[in-house]
Amino acid sequence: MGNLEASIVLAGVGGQGTLIAGKLLGIVAMKLGLDVKVSEVHGMSQRGGSVITYVKIGKEVHSPIIEEGTADFLLSFEEVESVRWASLLKEGGVMIVNSQQIESLPVLMGQVQYPDGIVDALKAAATEGTKIVEIDALDLAMQVGTSKATNIVMLGALSNYLGVDEALWKEAIEDAFAAKAKTIPGNLKAFELGKQAGA
Amino acid sequence: MKQILLGNEAVARGAYEAGVKFVSSYPGTPSTEITETIAKYKEIACEWAPNEKVGAEAAIGCSVRGGRAMTCMKHVGMNVCADPLFTVSYSGVNAGLVFCVADDPGMHSSQNEQDSRHYARSSKIPMFEPADSSECKEFTKYAYEFSEKYDTPVMIRLHTRVSHSRSLVDLEEPKPIEIKEYIKDSKKYVMMPANAIGKHVVVEKRTAQIVADADANPESVFNKIEMRDTKLGIITAGASYQYVRDAVPTASVLKLGLVWPLAENTIKEFASKVDRLVVVEELDPFLETEIKAMGVECEGKALFTLLGEYSTRMVKAALTEEALPKAAIDVTKLPTPPGRPPVLCAGCPHKGLFLALHRLNANVTGDIGCYTLGALPPMQAVDTVICMGASVGMAHGFDKATDGEASRNTVGVIGDSTFLHSGITNLMNAVYNGSTMTLIILDNSITGMTGHQQNPATGMNIRLEAAPAVSLELLCQSVGVMPEAIRVVDPVDTFGCQQVIKEEMAREAVSVVIARRPCALIPTGRAKKGVEVHVDLEKCKKCGACGKIMCPALIMSKDKTPMIDPETCNNCGLCVNVCKFNALEKGEE
Repeated sequence: MGNLEASIVLAGVGGQGTLIAGKLLGIVAMKLGLDVKVSEVHGMSQRGGSVITYVKIGKEVHSPIIEEGTADFLLSFEEVESVRWASLLKEGGVMIVNSQQIESLPVLMGQVQYPDGIVDALKAAATEGTKIVEIDALDLAMQVGTSKATNIVMLGALSNYLGVDEALWKEAIEDAFAAKAKTIPGNLKAFELGKQAGA
Repeated sequence: MKQILLGNEAVARGAYEAGVKFVSSYPGTPSTEITETIAKYKEIACEWAPNEKVGAEAAIGCSVRGGRAMTCMKHVGMNVCADPLFTVSYSGVNAGLVFCVADDPGMHSSQNEQDSRHYARSSKIPMFEPADSSECKEFTKYAYEFSEKYDTPVMIRLHTRVSHSRSLVDLEEPKPIEIKEYIKDSKKYVMMPANAIGKHVVVEKRTAQIVADADANPESVFNKIEMRDTKLGIITAGASYQYVRDAVPTASVLKLGLVWPLAENTIKEFASKVDRLVVVEELDPFLETEIKAMGVECEGKALFTLLGEYSTRMVKAALTEEALPKAAIDVTKLPTPPGRPPVLCAGCPHKGLFLALHRLNANVTGDIGCYTLGALPPMQAVDTVICMGASVGMAHGFDKATDGEASRNTVGVIGDSTFLHSGITNLMNAVYNGSTMTLIILDNSITGMTGHQQNPATGMNIRLEAAPAVSLELLCQSVGVMPEAIRVVDPVDTFGCQQVIKEEMAREAVSVVIARRPCALIPTGRAKKGVEVHVDLEKCKKCGACGKIMCPALIMSKDKTPMIDPETCNNCGLCVNVCKFNALEKGEE
């Protein structure tokens, strides 16, 4: 049994693969022999809206929800979503931001502007010891041939901080994509690229 | 073997392991995945019913004939099936019968925040409340034994955080499906006064027996007593238990798995062992009121809100002096993130119809589904939303309030699935009682908002096998709408829709406009990959008209030149239809 204890927030926009990333983290926890809870949103909140998945891993996990100032890790799959959920990160936590920008309807309509310099603002507003890591996960995913691998790139980046054996990650990826075996080599590569970029 | 399952999947697994024969439900967030998961167990007969009352009655029939049965719904669906619920409590069951009801505190996807525990008390049906996926499976399995032991239906209360959280579940071998003998027994199954009077006595005795048994065995499958520090004792259930455990790990806890009826002596004994007793429960003071009525002193809603979901933080703030966790990032120093509201999807053809209603400045009585989003800017084309089917009844009410005058500028708007759920009876009523209202049925050939479930008009069943399809036109005719007053339009033809709606609102008789196009997210509604709308920049006058359709695939640059996102464009052509300068052109399919 591992001794990992982590609260991980996966924030993004519907369709970015946060749910699959959450499931994969669940498999990792199970392989470590640990308790795990993964909480999702469905229904109306999903329709083009911002989506959030909570993953809690530990010896015994109670509440499935990650609340203000309690996330060890916040993986933001989209820039502005990192701002929306920033308050969840705890002091000394790590935020990994995908520099991809997805304009929401109010922006497309010209009602509001998509803010500039988000990552710099995050760094300036964070307490000492809190780490903000920026990666271009979409670009790295495209290097393996599909934007769909963005979520695995993000997990690769996270793997630098989680202290889980790399072989175990690989097994988890193989398990998670067993039904689509053709995608396994690409996802393993995506994981590796994310790992290098997020170090 | 352990597996990570969604709470809803775990309920389905529990039903499978209990040898359930039949499940009939109407979809509704957050309950839908229970029935969708059941459909994957080929041994179980499984179906979408047109509404919750139909699903419940079919399940009751299966139980009485001898097969274990289940029906699932969201909290508001319980209102629809309340009629059979209250009486099947009297008749009892033959094989086990379970009603799963999923509440939605915080209203992630619902029109109200009702607390379905009240139904258990008023219908006198025992209710279990699991707190995680493992309990979802255990409680469901046990519910069938319990149901048969006490000759009662059992309710399982879920809510969003239990239904939609994944956690570890131990999988076990399923019990083979058995069909019990059916014995005619009119005293048990014919609930007319002479028999029901006797059955009411049985029901009250049954409740007393369940309480006595739960008290005799306080560490039963569902009630758990966790004695720790006795300064603070907490009575709780469901997700609130999880918040309590995180917030005050040293407190003693009585976790109720059986939330109706309550194990009175167990509660009294727990209360006597702690200095201070607090009840932590989301929504209504259901447990608190009952516990106080037992003569037990406790605190509850004096410390906690009646509104929304609870959290660890909330429980900690109410019960401890500890500092609350602080955020690492000072969010006041960050730019304001632009909103990302839910929207009608790119290529949603039914947007065209709402644009027509917006231009007509019509009064619109709306209904439950994706198209509720038609109430949001810029269309703002929905005036009312109450419940499933109400659009039709309310349009008729508008008519009656004004002796027909309101109908010249009012339409009811309802989806195909919602129409079959409970719109049809309202339409029958409107015709029968001389209304002059107009109803628009948005036929997207699917139950959209809950994630694409089939319905009796789609031509497929829950397992996507071919099934007979209801003809909406013939159905409307059969309740007396005149054939010439039933018009079928293509919602993408927004100006054509506008004309037809205008004509039908003018008609002094009930009329139905069927706006027919499949949902853009189902395969039949989807354009071929690589086929999208093109912009002719020379013809574009930068008038901004195409931007007003709020299509996520149409990106407006600052100078009002449209750009098409090929990834999301579905080539529906709505933007093409609203452009007066022919600057937009559909891709060739």
